[in-house]
Formats: sequence, structure tokens, C-alpha cells
Amino acid sequence: MYNAAMTQKVDIRALAQLARLEVSDEEVAKLEKELPGILTFVEQIQKASGDAPAEDHSHRNILREDSDPHESGIYTKRLLDAAPAQEKDQVVVKQVLRQK
Amino acid sequence: MTIDLSKITIASARKSLDAKEFTARELTDAYLEAIRKKDGEIHAYLEVWENSARAEADAADKMIAEGKAQALTGIPLAIKDNILIEGRIASAASKILGNYHASYDSFVAEKLKAQGVVFLGRTNMDEFAHGSSTENSAYGPTKNPLDTTRVPGGSSGGSAAAVAGNMALAALGSDTGGSIRQPASHCGLVGLKPTYGAVSRNGLIAMGSSLDQIGPLTKTVSDAKVLFEAIKGHDVKDSTSLPDYSSTKGGLSTGSGRAKRIGVPRAFLKEGVDKDVLETFEATLKKLAAAGYEIHDIDMPNLPYSLAVYYIIMPAEVSTNLARFDGIRYGLSVEAPTIGEVYAKSRGQGFGPEARRRILMGTFVLSSGYADAYYRKARQVRELIRADFSSAFMRVDAVALPTSPGPAFKIGEKANDPMAMYLEDIFSVTANLSGVPGISVPAGMVDREGKKLPVGFQLLAPHKAEETLFAIGEQVEKNSA
Repeated sequence: MYNAAMTQKVDIRALAQLARLEVSDEEVAKLEKELPGILTFVEQIQKASGDAPAEDHSHRNILREDSDPHESGIYTKRLLDAAPAQEKDQVVVKQVLRQK
Repeated sequence: MTIDLSKITIASARKSLDAKEFTARELTDAYLEAIRKKDGEIHAYLEVWENSARAEADAADKMIAEGKAQALTGIPLAIKDNILIEGRIASAASKILGNYHASYDSFVAEKLKAQGVVFLGRTNMDEFAHGSSTENSAYGPTKNPLDTTRVPGGSSGGSAAAVAGNMALAALGSDTGGSIRQPASHCGLVGLKPTYGAVSRNGLIAMGSSLDQIGPLTKTVSDAKVLFEAIKGHDVKDSTSLPDYSSTKGGLSTGSGRAKRIGVPRAFLKEGVDKDVLETFEATLKKLAAAGYEIHDIDMPNLPYSLAVYYIIMPAEVSTNLARFDGIRYGLSVEAPTIGEVYAKSRGQGFGPEARRRILMGTFVLSSGYADAYYRKARQVRELIRADFSSAFMRVDAVALPTSPGPAFKIGEKANDPMAMYLEDIFSVTANLSGVPGISVPAGMVDREGKKLPVGFQLLAPHKAEETLFAIGEQVEKNSA
């Protein structure tokens, strides 16, 4: 659980990699100072009583009825046109799997 | 005829349009002219839709002539740049969506189109609604029309500036932690954050999905009510939309049927609020007491944790929601040799500094080893805050707080200090965390460097009790008129 040493160093590069986000060296240096500051502030929640009531489930995810489908293909062009690259009614994606 | 845009409201314009004192086209032309004259300096709009606005106004005039006018027919509105209108750009003031044309209408756009409104244009905002000053827009800041050296607040700062600058009769914004109420406070307007689930989020570019709501920014409480009535309603395309939504008339104080008891969590106001803002708040309470309301001190012990909880849950949801912007399906795509680099470069170049900061913060609080101490703990404390509201509303009909700790601040004043900027939200995030509705109503002025700046008074009510907010809000409005 929480200890004071927890937020003294945040590995910005590791987080950026997890978030698939390119971040410059300059920004890494800046964020290494800023994020621990913000984390120190939010860590005050550890002082709140642990006896939280059960979560309010009045807003739970619900699935709508899978009915009244629209005519197949009527949105295809519109959605494809939003993509940066398309080919034969498909979104172009770079190769995902590689042979070692 | 000349229309005095500084004097009209939705209510008065409705009367004038129906009485043929002016046409929707004349009203729209007057606003387009005002935008042309003033928006070069203010920068409330990212894009003005002159041609379509005129066509919509003509269509509205036809509806009026045929006797088919509804509450908002022919009313010129400004729309925040994160609300989708089919075929038009919705960029969330981000470079990553700079050229994204909405593929469909948001629920609210569909509702407004059915009423025959006029869409004047899309308004500036903090990128992806991340901020409290509109300085985080990728397209430059918006200035406060009441003092152009100051921010209009944010993130719906463009919407607020458009209405306060008489460049729109009313506007839609979105509120994740105060993004409607705080700019309303800073620009002297009424801003409503509806009950979570009252207005469909379908077609709103998501920021924090458990927090976001679309709502109105208007000149009067009654205008806010009209616009809210027009956009609320159940939607099967939003799984958190409340079925059979109807505002409860509100009020524990049975008998008269009118909400009477206002609670003030004084322990929460002990520090961090400007002295004159607190005095304005107290003066408003006194006037409400004189008007017959009972003011009660109430204890909400977990409220002071709200901002900390918010700055864990919100970035967690932001990092999740912004994961969809990857340079593949829509938006900016940066060419690179591998798919991983396309993702990283498109996102690195497409998102601005605050969006990047929040993505990384959210990634941290959700990451293995930290999620228990941060994200899960924050969710527990969120339930404590929600419970504080439930018990408060057993005793009182509404809770009063300042909207924001100070009036509009100088452009650049907090731009390099994320924590100082985050503190702007300290009183407003409470409503988003608990899902209750909140309103900010202008309640007085404070002096800064010889200028009078408006200050909002915030009221929070039980779920679905918007009527209580409107009733007390109208009293506040009457008192400060």
C-alpha cells in the first residue's frame, strides 16, 4: 500500500511507452518534476476513512436490444472517409505481426 | 430594425420572433455581424458557419410563419467544439482532430435541429476539455469579453465568451469538473451541469465518461431551463442515460411544495477562497434568508477530498478515452515505419501538453502496483462523497458553495502551474463525482485592478432536482439584479 517514498520518482518513459505516446527528453524532465507534485496532492485521499459504502450501482452499464439494424453499408463510406488511409472499403493498417 | 443584442434573452427573442418584431434571419445576421466585429479580439469561435446559419434562420422563419414554432426555433446558438454535428468539423480544439468531420449527429444536435435552432459556429475550448482557462486550446486562447487581459474560464470558455460578448444568444458546453459552471461564473452567466444521465453523451467527444454532461450557458436562469428542457431525454445510444427522465419538482419542504432549506458545508470553505468572493457568497446567503430560505450549517466531512479524488479518476478515464486516437481510424496520422511508431508519433504530435500530462497521469494511477493505492482508493472515497450528499439531502433541499475560489484570472497567470490551475475546480468537481446537478448563477462583483469582475453562486441539488436549482437560482438572480 501507500508509503511516502512511492511518488518520489515516476518513470515517465515507462508510462509513455505504456500509453504509446512519444515524449521529448525536455518534456520528460519537466514531467518528472510535475507528476510527483500532483501525486503528492492526490495522496491525501489515503487519510479518508476506509469504510466506504458499497458503490452506487444505479448507473450500471446496460446493453440495448440488438434490434432494428440499419441497412448494411449505408455508413461505410462516411466512416471510411474519416480514416487517414483506405483501400477497397477497408482501413489501411500497417503490418502488426512480424516473422522473427 | 436594430436589435440590441445586449438586452435580449431566449425568452424575449421568442416573443419578438413570434410577434414578427424581427425575423430569425435578422437576428442571425445581427449575431454574424457582431461576431465579425468583435471575435477577432475575443476568439470565442474556432469556426463560424455563416452560410448554413443563414439557411437555418430562413428555415426557422418558415416554421414560424407556418405556426410551427417551438421554444428554440430561430434561436442562434454557439456549440462547443466537442459536440458532433454531422458533416461539420468537431476538433475538441485539438490538432489530432483538426480535420475531423463528424460522421453523425450527437443526440443534442439532433434534438436542437428538430426545434429549428440556428447553429452560429463551434466554440474554442481547452483541448479535449482539459483545463479551466481555455488557454490549453491548440488554436490559441480565448479572452474574457468583460476584461480582455483575463481568461473566460474553461474548458467551455469559448461558449461563455460568445454569450457574454453578445456573439450568441446562448451556448452549449460540457462539464466534467466545472467546465460549464466556472466559465459561467467568470463571464457573468448562468451555467447548468445537469444530473448525470439527464442529457445523452452520445456524440460528445468523451473526456471522463463517468463525469461528463452537456449543459447550457445562458444569460438567465429561465433561459437555462428552456435549453435544458430541449436537450434532456433518454437515449438508447448512451448506456448511462436515465430512462423516463423527468425533473422532480424537488423539495423536502412539503406543504408549500417549495424547496426551502439550503445547507452550507462551512468547514470546506475555511481556506483557499478569496476573501471578497467569500463575502459575496455570504451576502447571497443573507439575501436568500431574507427571502424566506432557511440556511443551515451542514457537515460533509469527505467533501475536502473531492479535488484529489477527481484528479485520479478523471485522468484515469482520460487516458482510457484518448486511447482511441491512434492515427488509424480518424484524425492526424504521422507516417512511420512500424505501426507502434505511427501510434506514438501521431499521439505525441497530435496531443498538446496538458492532454499528454493527463494521459501519463492516468496511465500511472491505473498501472499495476499503483492502481490499488490510487484508482481503487479514489473510487472508494468517491462513494464517501456521494454518501455525504445523500445524507445532506435528507436535511436540506440544496447545498450552496462558491462556484470557484476567485474571479477570472489573468491570461498566463496559472499557465505554468498545473496544480494552481487544478484548484480552480475545487468546489465544482463535487457535483460531477456525485452525479448531482449544479448551477452557477451570477451573484455579485468583486474588484480586481480597478475592474469589476463577476462572481458566481453555486447550488447543488439531489439527482433529478434541477427544478430546485432553477427556483433558488431565480431568487439569487432577482436579488443581484
